[in-house]
Amino acid sequence: MAKVIVYPPTSMILSDLVERMGHKALVVPEAVRNLVTANNIQSPPLNVTPEGPKKGLRYAAVDVPSGVRGRMSLIGPIIEESEAAIIVEDPGWLTGCSGCSRTNELVRLLIRTKGVPVLDLSYPTNDAEAKVFVQKIKAFLGGLK
Amino acid sequence: MLITKYVITSSESNILPSDIAMKIYGSKYDVVVKETCFGVVINGEEDVINALVKEIRALDPVGIFIKDRGFPPGDPRRCRGRRGGGARPGFYMIESESKILPMISRALAWEGDIPVVPEKKRPLPIGRLEEIIKEDLS
Repeated sequence: MAKVIVYPPTSMILSDLVERMGHKALVVPEAVRNLVTANNIQSPPLNVTPEGPKKGLRYAAVDVPSGVRGRMSLIGPIIEESEAAIIVEDPGWLTGCSGCSRTNELVRLLIRTKGVPVLDLSYPTNDAEAKVFVQKIKAFLGGLK
Repeated sequence: MLITKYVITSSESNILPSDIAMKIYGSKYDVVVKETCFGVVINGEEDVINALVKEIRALDPVGIFIKDRGFPPGDPRRCRGRRGGGARPGFYMIESESKILPMISRALAWEGDIPVVPEKKRPLPIGRLEEIIKEDLS
């Protein structure tokens, strides 16, 4: 079972397909869960503390907006943990915690520079593309240990 | 550790969110269930949820999709009832991906040959553009 990071990091389809094939999908909701359901919430309601952006300093410089560093404090450790990645380019509907374009650029860069196997795809627009989409993911995940 | 998962049905699936909720109510598992328009949200101990997810998936293996969620169901920090209405931030991603779920379901069920899809046109590579500019200017 490999740990596979998916991009967009909140994708339902990608995380489901990864779990279906018997691997572990590394997704942002898991990181959010650890933060918001911790027993000792230090900064209610969302437990976002100054420590978050500081953690983000490992991935982005101090002059980078704190929003990028805050997001990276969640996504960065996931990237470090990953053993493979599936990247779907230009989804066009990234919102919420995935709605920052600069963070997304940095996430894709960090995944690629990490040196793990990466599968690049586009979201399908018809049935034929969907079959290729699923088949490529199956083949990629089947090749992982 | 308590975890939360979304169970989302494809619009072409014969299984309704209420079917999934009834299945969970009738099961032996001690979990919290919240029925929504696109599926259900389930919350419980990790091993219980993982076992339950397997059973739910068996209802329609290609038409039911599972996704992790950070906040527990009905959490006042995310529940729109407490925030004055409007969809919660994560809904837009689910809404957008739901539109292509029927295609993904059909692709998962497909057992024939994989069709050949012509590659999408990509922007001209920078190197080739530079060559064209140099050719034109020389």
